[in-house]
Amino acid sequence: MSSRDAILGRVRRALADVRQDDTPPVPERPGRYPQYDEAIDRSYLREHGDRSVKETVDLLAENLADYRALVHRCTEEELPEVLMRLLTERGSTSVLVPPELPPSWLKAVDATRVHDRAESTPHELDRVDSVVTGCAVAIAETGTIVLDGSPDQGRRRITLVPDHHICVVRVPGQVVSSVPQGLERLDAARPLTWISGPSATSDIELDRVEGVHGPRTLEVVLVSGTPPEAEVTSQHLAV
Amino acid sequence: MSETFVGMPAFPPPAFPAFPKAAREAVNNPTLRGNLRHATHTIRAKRARAVAEVSDWAALREAGKQIKDHTLRHLDRYLVQLEESVTRAGGTVHWAADADEANRIVADLVKATGEREVVKVKSMATQEIGLNEALEAEGIHAYETDLAELIVQLGKDRPSHILVPAIHRNRGEIRDIFAREMSAWGRPAPEGLTDTPAELAEAARLHLREKFLRAKVGISGANFMVAETGTLVVVESEGNGRMCLTLPETLISVVGIEKIVPTWQDLEVFLQTLPRSSTAERMNPYTSMWTGTTDAETADGPRTFHLVLLDNGRTDTLADEVGRQALRCIRCSACLNVCPVFERAGGHAYGSVYPGPIGAILSPQLRGTASEIDASLPYASSLCGACYEVCPVAIDIPEVLVHLRERVTQGGQVTQRGNKVVLKPAKGHAAERAAMRAARWALSRPGALRTGQRLASRTRRLHPRALPGPGKAWTGSRDLPAVPAEPFRDWWQRTHGGKDSGK
Ligand code: SF4
Repeated sequence: MSSRDAILGRVRRALADVRQDDTPPVPERPGRYPQYDEAIDRSYLREHGDRSVKETVDLLAENLADYRALVHRCTEEELPEVLMRLLTERGSTSVLVPPELPPSWLKAVDATRVHDRAESTPHELDRVDSVVTGCAVAIAETGTIVLDGSPDQGRRRITLVPDHHICVVRVPGQVVSSVPQGLERLDAARPLTWISGPSATSDIELDRVEGVHGPRTLEVVLVSGTPPEAEVTSQHLAV
Repeated sequence: MSETFVGMPAFPPPAFPAFPKAAREAVNNPTLRGNLRHATHTIRAKRARAVAEVSDWAALREAGKQIKDHTLRHLDRYLVQLEESVTRAGGTVHWAADADEANRIVADLVKATGEREVVKVKSMATQEIGLNEALEAEGIHAYETDLAELIVQLGKDRPSHILVPAIHRNRGEIRDIFAREMSAWGRPAPEGLTDTPAELAEAARLHLREKFLRAKVGISGANFMVAETGTLVVVESEGNGRMCLTLPETLISVVGIEKIVPTWQDLEVFLQTLPRSSTAERMNPYTSMWTGTTDAETADGPRTFHLVLLDNGRTDTLADEVGRQALRCIRCSACLNVCPVFERAGGHAYGSVYPGPIGAILSPQLRGTASEIDASLPYASSLCGACYEVCPVAIDIPEVLVHLRERVTQGGQVTQRGNKVVLKPAKGHAAERAAMRAARWALSRPGALRTGQRLASRTRRLHPRALPGPGKAWTGSRDLPAVPAEPFRDWWQRTHGGKDSGK
């Protein structure tokens, strides 16, 4: 007998006392599982507190900063200037660029662009100073940005190997309040990276040390002037 | 004692001392006690704040419990569904009934790549099966990349805490270990390394970066696996997880079968409860989620993905109506940090990669209660119930402890490697003596009891006719009321008058 059959057989025998008891569980297809929903009491909150859109963005900024990300705010027009300034202050001479980062973002930047390519070796990425990306969604309650590998974000490793990551978040469009709302917007089929502050460890006598392996400096630029994505999405669904 | 104790290589070490003996070492080590006290109290206070921030904690906890119970109840179907989802997404699924088989599968997969070294993300499952040692025996070097695990590995040591495995080491010791050992493993520690945490972390960064950048094979566990989508989730802080999950060409994940959740939506519960309960953060710095492999065009991360589903005693645990709730555990370690016995005894005393209250109920179920250490673990508790209060999936640890005590002293039917067997009572055996020493140790320390006012009688489902444990052995066949009416502590002091000093 294969181990697969052995394990499944053991599970079934182990559950002999509960087999009869209730719900047929397995969701038939994604997005529709009424019986499963009935089995779980989801009376927890979809979000904590009652905030205006502006307050939600402020909370995001506050929580990002609390976990020691450097937070900047600007308008769409100011963005190229801000990115140029941040890279210059850092002294970066090379910057990794995802394939479809809006070209205008880096128009004021001098640093050498290094493109995100499948062939690049990790050692090559290790020689690049900074990386600039967009994001998929940002979660205010936890101060989290999520990358999903879309063309304005690139492969997971480009935001991992360089020591300096600048992430641009369009507010309020890309901001949600809570973890449940964040998951709703994400596609499980994509490789996802949730980032809440720069990497950290407390392994030595519980002293928090920022930056072990990921980028030791995380800068988040909140760019205002973009429409709430939620509206766009719901219109789209209504069609 | 070993006739029923099969299939658990190197875990625990064959002659592992029973709980109270190992605990004594910790009590006599002031560094360890100081570190532990500091760590547990600091995390405990921070955690309380992080939990208080979410007003619906009780509802999240209840939902987490229900999701896990539901999954366990239908585990066979969810395992099959997960296998289908992962396979559809380009991964390959393997099934390992025990540690030996899992180690063999992983070793063969690594050998097939032609590589001789692998980078590892901290994973309880791979520690449980002794994977590093098994790979070493096949000539494959496994490098631990979590800072604490690196400290443990370089120091030829064992982890002592789920969350902060090197908590028994202070900064001076860590500096010495780095300065002495790093060169044998790769890039040496920088000249003149001091003991400031920032410098030590920098030394680890440099030492490990070399390994990450050239690694061709990564090995991980997972915190969650989503049956519906085939997604695996790894929650971490340092970024070593991201390195191991994205840079290598081949990724092998070894995951216990109980780590499944049915749907993508279920993550909304655990991604709120786990970070707050574990590291006391709103969210941990990095969480990675991946579903199989990506196609060539957008290639992101490993091209080959293997998932090894591990049983190794989990189905035996599932067969126990009372004990199966231990499989809900999401390894947050909150129960360690509130446990008065853990605080004194230290993680090593539990003789397993799972220390503290969860270890006391998990190890004797995964491994059976035949060995002295496993028979004594259910007694390594004052039944104060603090562990149950903090547990984000509401595992009633005291209830399981009492249940396991009964099993040790009275024997009875259990499932071992899928077969029902009847255990003999431990009466008169070394295991029973070890159990009694553990009980005496845990109960005779006023400090350990100060917070311990909860009752054995609070356990809901289990109403033993005779109080299991030393009570049974020492009071003969005296029947107790259906539910003991007095606190366990009072009962103990009344029947034993606090005479045993239990050194
Ligand atoms: S038993 Fe509960 S509190 Fe303890 S580690 Fe597991 S989930 Fe956390």
